[in-house]
Amino acid sequence: MSFRMTTATAVRVLTQLRHDRRTLALILVVPTALLILLRYVMNSDPETFNRVGLVMVGVFPFVSMFLVTSVTMLRERTGGTLERLLSTPVHKIDLISGYAIAFCLAATLQAAVATTVLYGLLDVTTKGSEWLVVLIAVANAVLGVALGLLVSAFAHSEFQAVQFMPAVVLPQVLLCGLIWPRTEMAGWLQGVADTLPLTYAVEALLEVGAHTELTETLVRDLIVVVCCAIAALLLSALTLRRRSR
Amino acid sequence: MRTVVGVQRIHAGAVRVLELPAGHPRLRHRIGYVTQSPSIYSDMTVKANVDYFGTMYGVDAARVKAAIADVGLADAAHRFVGALSGGERARVSLACALVARPELLVLDEPTVGQDPVLRRDLWAHFHDLADRGVTLLISSHVMDEAARCDRLLFIRDGRLIADDSPPDLLRRTGTPDLESAFLLVASQLPEGA
Repeated sequence: MSFRMTTATAVRVLTQLRHDRRTLALILVVPTALLILLRYVMNSDPETFNRVGLVMVGVFPFVSMFLVTSVTMLRERTGGTLERLLSTPVHKIDLISGYAIAFCLAATLQAAVATTVLYGLLDVTTKGSEWLVVLIAVANAVLGVALGLLVSAFAHSEFQAVQFMPAVVLPQVLLCGLIWPRTEMAGWLQGVADTLPLTYAVEALLEVGAHTELTETLVRDLIVVVCCAIAALLLSALTLRRRSR
Repeated sequence: MRTVVGVQRIHAGAVRVLELPAGHPRLRHRIGYVTQSPSIYSDMTVKANVDYFGTMYGVDAARVKAAIADVGLADAAHRFVGALSGGERARVSLACALVARPELLVLDEPTVGQDPVLRRDLWAHFHDLADRGVTLLISSHVMDEAARCDRLLFIRDGRLIADDSPPDLLRRTGTPDLESAFLLVASQLPEGA
């Protein structure tokens, strides 16, 4: 692993993102706009929005970083730049960590904007700290980056990459307890939900909402999310082949 | 070409490059590779592209500047690659390989689509590199490019059918140009070979 190569990759990815003003605006504005929308959809029940809005702030970075990463990485694969990079002395882990760091920073910014609006404008309150919300959101973003890198290996076009979103991301969103409490799902589905990383992220967010102190469940959940993200990142490094068949 | 660079798995036989097996990690510092379609980032500037690949080879800013100047893009260093012409993009891609000062430079049709003045300059630069001891391996199906090389290998259907210098090849086949020479050599192949 090389600090220089990792930093150069992170800076390069951020430079590309910075020049793509429209994507940047979408990343920053859309989650916040949707939060505001949802607040007034649930106009009659601020209690429920208090819970759902909180969870959504944590889930957004997962979804958007998954999309941005899978398409960016696919472009590298199809554009020949990945093959070229892998013919240089770069280590695969430098590329992967460069990507993870760059999109993590973008996700931090995204989560910070959404959290500010959530607390400041939409009057959501949590017993725990808002910093924990941002931290969990960033952990989710790493998870999204990792899964995005992984699926980019299985897509042959940007069109396919985007279709992986409903296939990989949506089931997790449905099962994570955001739209329906997990305890009320079919028993076997609860078992499935227990194996999905997003379930733990959502549980952690709900812990922040309900407890002032740092609960054991929250710490465990956060560790699970981070471990899943690291595992997926390492797995995605395996999909970077220096030699094609 | 891809097996020499080490990005293509070898199915039969062996390829050795600079006395090492092709794809050896120690070769990555020593080989530059330029594909036919430019493998660069179109949403970054010329300098940012060369800088990035330069970092992978551990070179300094002066080398980056020199590589950009070598391909005649010094004035366009801060322009976005996406706004450049096809020929200019090909040169940015070349600069990203030159920046490593490789011992072996593998190029795929490097001057196809360039204007005559630039083609002359680039070939002068290639010969200059060759004089300094750099090996340039160029693949092309354009005989105008082939004629500018010191040694010519004709490949037809994956088989090597000639290996000579351009003048010797013309003398041996008695043909006026390399295109005719290629056609003649290819037509003399035994049936089913």
